[in-house]
Amino acid sequence: MIKFQYDRAADVTDAVRQIAADPEARFIAGGTNLIDLMKYQVERPPRLIDISRLPLTSVEETPGGGLRIGALVPNTDLAYHPLVEQRYPILSSAIMSGASQQLRNMASTGGNLVQRTRCFYFYDVTMACNKRQPGSGCAAIKGINRINAILGTSESCIATHPSDMCVALAVLDAKVHVTGLSGSREIAVVDFHRLPGDTPQIDNNLRRDEIITAIELPAQGFAANHSYLKIRDRLSYAFALVSVAAALELESGRIKTGRLALGGVAHKPWRSVEAEAALRGQAAGPETFARAAEIVLRDAKGFGHNDFKIDLARRAIVRTLTQAANATPQSQADKRIR
Amino acid sequence: MSTDVNRRDPLATTVAFGSIETANAQAAVQATAQQQASKSMSSYIGTPTSRVDGRAKVTGQAKYAGELNVAGLVYGSAVGATVAKGRIVRINADDALKVPGVLDVLTHQNRPRMADNDQAYRDDAAPESGAPYRPLYDDRILFNGQPVALVLAEDWETARYAAMLVRVEYKAEDHVTDLHAARGSAFVVEKPEKPRGDAAKAFAAAAVRHEAEYFIPIEHHNPMELFASTVVWSDDGKLTVYDKTQGVQNVQRYLCGVFGLKSDDVTVMSPFMGGGFGSGLRPQYQVVLAVLGAMSLKRPVRLVLNRAQMYGVGYRPATIERLALGARANGELEAITHEAIAVTSQYEDFSRNDTGWSGILYKSPNARYTHKLARLDLPTSGDMRAPGAATGVYALEAAMDELAVALKLDPVELRLRCYSDRDQNEDLPFTSKSLRECYRQGAEAFGWSKRNPEPRSMRDGKELVGWGMATGVWEALQMPASARIVLTANGHTEVATAASDIGTGTYTIMAQVAADRMGVPIDNVTVRLGDSTLPACPIEGGSWIAASVSHAIIGAADEVRGELLRIAKTMPDTPFADALAGDVVLTNGKLARAGDVARSVPIADVMRHGKVEHIERIKDNTFADISKYARNTHSAVFVEVKIDEEIGIIRVTRAVSAVAAGRILNPKTAGNQVVGSVVGGIGMALHEETLIDHAFGRIMNANIAEYHVPVHADIHDIKVIFVDEPDSIINPLGMKGVGEIGIVGVAAAVANAIYHATGKRVRDLPITLDKLQRQL
Repeated sequence: MIKFQYDRAADVTDAVRQIAADPEARFIAGGTNLIDLMKYQVERPPRLIDISRLPLTSVEETPGGGLRIGALVPNTDLAYHPLVEQRYPILSSAIMSGASQQLRNMASTGGNLVQRTRCFYFYDVTMACNKRQPGSGCAAIKGINRINAILGTSESCIATHPSDMCVALAVLDAKVHVTGLSGSREIAVVDFHRLPGDTPQIDNNLRRDEIITAIELPAQGFAANHSYLKIRDRLSYAFALVSVAAALELESGRIKTGRLALGGVAHKPWRSVEAEAALRGQAAGPETFARAAEIVLRDAKGFGHNDFKIDLARRAIVRTLTQAANATPQSQADKRIR
Repeated sequence: MSTDVNRRDPLATTVAFGSIETANAQAAVQATAQQQASKSMSSYIGTPTSRVDGRAKVTGQAKYAGELNVAGLVYGSAVGATVAKGRIVRINADDALKVPGVLDVLTHQNRPRMADNDQAYRDDAAPESGAPYRPLYDDRILFNGQPVALVLAEDWETARYAAMLVRVEYKAEDHVTDLHAARGSAFVVEKPEKPRGDAAKAFAAAAVRHEAEYFIPIEHHNPMELFASTVVWSDDGKLTVYDKTQGVQNVQRYLCGVFGLKSDDVTVMSPFMGGGFGSGLRPQYQVVLAVLGAMSLKRPVRLVLNRAQMYGVGYRPATIERLALGARANGELEAITHEAIAVTSQYEDFSRNDTGWSGILYKSPNARYTHKLARLDLPTSGDMRAPGAATGVYALEAAMDELAVALKLDPVELRLRCYSDRDQNEDLPFTSKSLRECYRQGAEAFGWSKRNPEPRSMRDGKELVGWGMATGVWEALQMPASARIVLTANGHTEVATAASDIGTGTYTIMAQVAADRMGVPIDNVTVRLGDSTLPACPIEGGSWIAASVSHAIIGAADEVRGELLRIAKTMPDTPFADALAGDVVLTNGKLARAGDVARSVPIADVMRHGKVEHIERIKDNTFADISKYARNTHSAVFVEVKIDEEIGIIRVTRAVSAVAAGRILNPKTAGNQVVGSVVGGIGMALHEETLIDHAFGRIMNANIAEYHVPVHADIHDIKVIFVDEPDSIINPLGMKGVGEIGIVGVAAAVANAIYHATGKRVRDLPITLDKLQRQL
């Protein structure tokens, strides 16, 4: 074990002050990813700032009819929260599809956003990885890349973001509340994570001195027509090869609003505004869904082992939109696909 | 034969498992019928019996090799090579040695002395040919992950940290780790199975032919418990080694050889083991490193491998299997050609029998088997549950399914038409072969008669439904073993042998057999095993331990009974004056006339009369010469899959495994073995694969998050049927082992079910959704 200094943050202001003062320090909340990365020597923080005791654990209704979720609400509590289950069932479903009960009990909402890729080459410190060691190269591009990205990749990096929760947050148009030295700001979830470009070591747009304090959900929860479908190599406890979150607002068989985001295919939850525009005003049926899928995957590119994801994603998009339109969302308890 | 032997019990022992739907669900084990009656009516043998060590395990009282606390313990951490082949140029341990708490860093340059000849490193499970790997011996790198240094520190965290600071420079050489790239240079290994007739000619002339190649990737055992050794060094230079191993005496002899120690100087203990699946048959490198550490520091040392390092030991070899089957129009086989190309290391030739199994199952006048090995820059491959059969029978049984399709024959019917009552490889009859009953009872329990033979014909909503089956076969082996029984005057019985219980239930069956033969309640029996100083016992593998040990116990118990009889004959008014050894039994704490148990004397009275506090006997097992018989276990496996074809999701919703394995000693633990094996077979079919980046010769999914085995969500109903199989030839108890038979054929049954559901044949395991999709 690499020795590190352990400090506790007294409050959000103190947390910000501490992280701003020490560029190599890391926040720790549930630790479900950071501890793992420290064991693999991928992360070697000399200092951990424990934020798990900060009072960011409430789920409150907002004046606009939405929900404000504290950054330290455990994933399990969020998934089972009555207001989330009623108004944002796609969020409950996405969370329940991920990890295991034990991990969900420990993992925090904010931590889920900043978890790091599961690319094999990122995790093996003997391998070249631009995300872990900028400039070292990407061994995954010509390596075992079956789990890697097909959208928004760069020559530097083909890693995916592993979160299920964030895919649901993307279709819900959630906002991330952050606080830094210069005050607080909001970042739309879709703008929170980045594409790798030539700086794959930067996962997201959170500044060095900022802490996530809350996630805010707008009033529109798509409780009637939604689905989260996760496709993976076994029926639980595996990361998504492809996952799809679909949310529809229907009006006499036509799509008034359609939202679509994919997981397991890109460096960030992949929301396609263009595909959503193609859904708008159309009949909620297979042709419309197939057209949307075409748009999402128009620029998809495989790297050999992961070529199959392109066609799989196409089928999964159509199926998930169908589940949403039929109001038969995918169950995460019964693994049978609907 | 007596009527007993010919009797077919309509009520086979059945172990039924409810649906396992959530992570918290407990599999309910219910034995619904009793094992066949035995001539010597016994109360424990054949009765479902809970593990005698279960309480110790769930309460944490059972201490494993890496858990033993010793004063002054030193902790080790191994440093692994990061190239697949080459030489160590330089090792710089300066930074590691500077860390407070680090005691030493051992490498090939400063380690204590080790033997310099191959024979010293050859253990009981080593391949006959080749030079066994010598841990930390010299500068040669034979595989990626090979240990190159051992850091020793006062605590584990320090050792692990300092291990990161050891810098190793290599001169890398070109390597090859891809079987497909190396198949051209594979060489033939001699196997005992001889060819029959002219398979090539008969195949060419056959009315219906099927020929295809199948592939099984490298799989790793992944037992829950990590390889661990705690070595206690005493001032007199003697070593007590607590090791995770399937053979304490094997490790003991190995360590004596490697370190030039006298037999009395090394004791190896392994009282509990958290799973082995064959990975612990050979001594693994952590025990050598831990001993090196202890000898060097003259202190107790513990070394536990981490999960990634568990992928740097043995594995199931990737194997390419080619089958060519030729048949008459009625399904009778005319020709079988089975070729296998399997992985071994550059330094040892490990191989098992992949290709000969058809000769045990199916009649064919012509057969040819070829087994080849490809040398790769990997550790030596090794035994993993049903080695050879899990792979070879997968290919055979998938090929038989393809032949049945070509013949338009029901897969069970094809197998019955080809059924062989003799082992054709050896031209011998079987001690017993109740495979027909396996097919019949398995098919009935599964509902096979309702199967529509047409692929893609059965549906359940959106899902395609597929029903597939396969045959399983394994060996029924028994090895020389010795057991000791100590009977105390109060009726307490201690039974001991140097066996391992790798989680299979050896403690429990030893207690059952001893309790029955000594006529005492099972609670009065203490079992000792996993200690190299106990009577000789082979490594725990090959499904041979139960039969081997049980008959040694019977022998020892009979000797104790003989001694009691000798004493009892001297008692006044003895009822045994004219009794011979076979005329008396031990029952309810008494020595009694076999046919008239009322004529008896309490054991305590006998011993008091003889003025003995305990009677101790050690006995080797003895078996009649059965070399004129083939000895095998058999099974029929039926599987239902449901497939969402568009998305590629495969669910194994039902499995029935009907096993013929002679008399079942403990239907509860035996049923558990078969259920676990079926889960393993499902993993083999759908999930398990060690992924190597061949450019680096390095395993990329060396952890149990990315190396997939089935989770609860993947497992549904598994029903186990033990078919009644009286066997009066194989051994006095008529028993065969069940540790391995349960996995054989399962992967083929799943693959065949997937074909039936979809009409798509995926021959490369595991059958992942991308492979299925490629065929759509």
